[in-house]
Amino acid sequence: MPGAAAPAVEVDSLVKRFGDFAAVDDVSFEVQPGELFGFLGPNGAGKTTTISILCTLLMPTTGVARVAGHDVALEQAAVRESIGLVFQEVTLDDYLTGAENLRFHAVLYGVPPSEVRERARPLLEMVGLSERADQQVRFYSGGMKRRLEIARGLLHAPRVLFLDEPTIGLDPQTRLHIWNYVDSLRTRESTTMFLTTHYMDEAERCDRIAIIDQGRIVAIDTPDALKASIGKDTVTVSTADDGAARDALADGFGLEVELTEDGARFRVTDGEAFVPRMFERLRIGVRSVNVRRPSLDDVFMEYTGHELRDADAGAGEQFRANAMVRGFRRG
Amino acid sequence: MADAALATPLPATAPIRRREGAMVRNLRAVMMVWTRDLIRLKRTPTRIVTGVAQPLLFLFVLGAGLSHLIGKQGAGGVNYQQYLFPGILAMSVLTSSLFSAIAIVWDREFGFMREMLVAPVSRSSLVFGKALGGGSVAVVQGLILVFAAPFVGVSLTVGSFFAMVGFLLLLAFALTSFGIVVASRMQRMESFQMVMALVLQPMIFLSGAIFPLAELPPWLAVVTRLNPATYGIDAIRRVLLPQIAPLTIFGWVVPLWADALITLAFGTAMLTLAVRLFAKTE
Repeated sequence: MPGAAAPAVEVDSLVKRFGDFAAVDDVSFEVQPGELFGFLGPNGAGKTTTISILCTLLMPTTGVARVAGHDVALEQAAVRESIGLVFQEVTLDDYLTGAENLRFHAVLYGVPPSEVRERARPLLEMVGLSERADQQVRFYSGGMKRRLEIARGLLHAPRVLFLDEPTIGLDPQTRLHIWNYVDSLRTRESTTMFLTTHYMDEAERCDRIAIIDQGRIVAIDTPDALKASIGKDTVTVSTADDGAARDALADGFGLEVELTEDGARFRVTDGEAFVPRMFERLRIGVRSVNVRRPSLDDVFMEYTGHELRDADAGAGEQFRANAMVRGFRRG
Repeated sequence: MADAALATPLPATAPIRRREGAMVRNLRAVMMVWTRDLIRLKRTPTRIVTGVAQPLLFLFVLGAGLSHLIGKQGAGGVNYQQYLFPGILAMSVLTSSLFSAIAIVWDREFGFMREMLVAPVSRSSLVFGKALGGGSVAVVQGLILVFAAPFVGVSLTVGSFFAMVGFLLLLAFALTSFGIVVASRMQRMESFQMVMALVLQPMIFLSGAIFPLAELPPWLAVVTRLNPATYGIDAIRRVLLPQIAPLTIFGWVVPLWADALITLAFGTAMLTLAVRLFAKTE
């Protein structure tokens, strides 16, 4: 069955319809073990629905999804055992202490009582909460709660960790802290991570990114390849005579050059490789060269027509999350 | 501190040596959900005070005020405060059970529910744990009121005390299960007021908690006998006040065991329904 090389997440022609509306419309992708996989998309694109299916909170309409080798529709218990979840909303019990929250989690995941303490201790240490473990969670700050959730999400040794906006609303220092933990986990334990985020710098950290829009995957690749796929880099050359430089570049390479305060600016495929060729022809003193690759924001804009930041999880996202949980009794 | 954290070994993410089987896990999940409710009660003492205040107000203010008006005959051979005492016990249990169950809606809006719903345990153990937890909390609340018994002339024996606790447990369990069903149909915490007005208050008023159910206008007689809470309350009252006239349905004297059986049947039906409502994945 699931060997070492089996994908951590395997989605094949997945469709989820709510009435006539296809929230997820024929989506296929794979996540390899140990990969940090970014799942990006504007609000309402199908992100939350896809994650909910992978976590067995929703049933697929058609198609197959496997997590850690287990079918999410047929082997719910096995899937649930294999995954850890850190969601943007807090799912801790405020009136329980940090340690009690971990202990209750251990009960739910079948971690035997004899193993709970030895597992909880290093995790609490990792997230810097050892001293506060016996305090009720309602006295924690937002950052502490999120760190406790991360520790809790790891308590049962999940093979795949779902991080849904794990750092949203946290201050930069706490975000950095959390990413340090995540990185150390990846290098030491090669836990597979499935991440959604609206922060560019976090998306940049991913091994691969999938962009989903209107229920379909519109792009999937490494951040570098995605940026390369939308084409040209922006090169800005500051010279002794920018006007002459513009003419030389226009004549020599047929480029459309724009004069800016910073120098002559143009867009060209593979800017870094272009710079040496430019120097061969350009006989004007160059003061500085700046090559800017397309950012992930450019990529996101190109594929979805939205800025990554615009897609920030607001009331809408929150509402859907609730609607999703409410779905349990609507049936 | 970050460096120290990075240097820490992470044995916790090593595979679990001996994961517990589904059976043990589900049983422990029941205990966990149950314990959680009791821990939360212990840590929110204001809830205990609020839960006790209203019944005491009924007993000592309404009860004292009305006892002159009603007299022993109207209250079935005991004075009205004595009559009301089992009623306010039940009232407290009803309120607390329904509150506890509706806390699920709170959980759903603010998260912990999601932690439980994505866990590899059966939904029925979560629902069962909740019914036990809400039931226990309600009984604890009810038992605090027992201290008022001597002040209104209700005397308890060891036997009647334990019989009373038994019926309180049964009633609390049944009403919490009912509450879970109500909660599972509720969208938001805002509809809470509606539940109070449309479910809890009618249930209390139409149960015999506040006035005797003998010689009522026919429609009221029918409605009160259809109320599942009526039977639990009748049982608690008969245990505490043996001299009181028992509940009758069209002249048939309802035996104590029938009170117990009807309450149990209602609770079981509600629990089964609650499990079904929660077990669905869309």
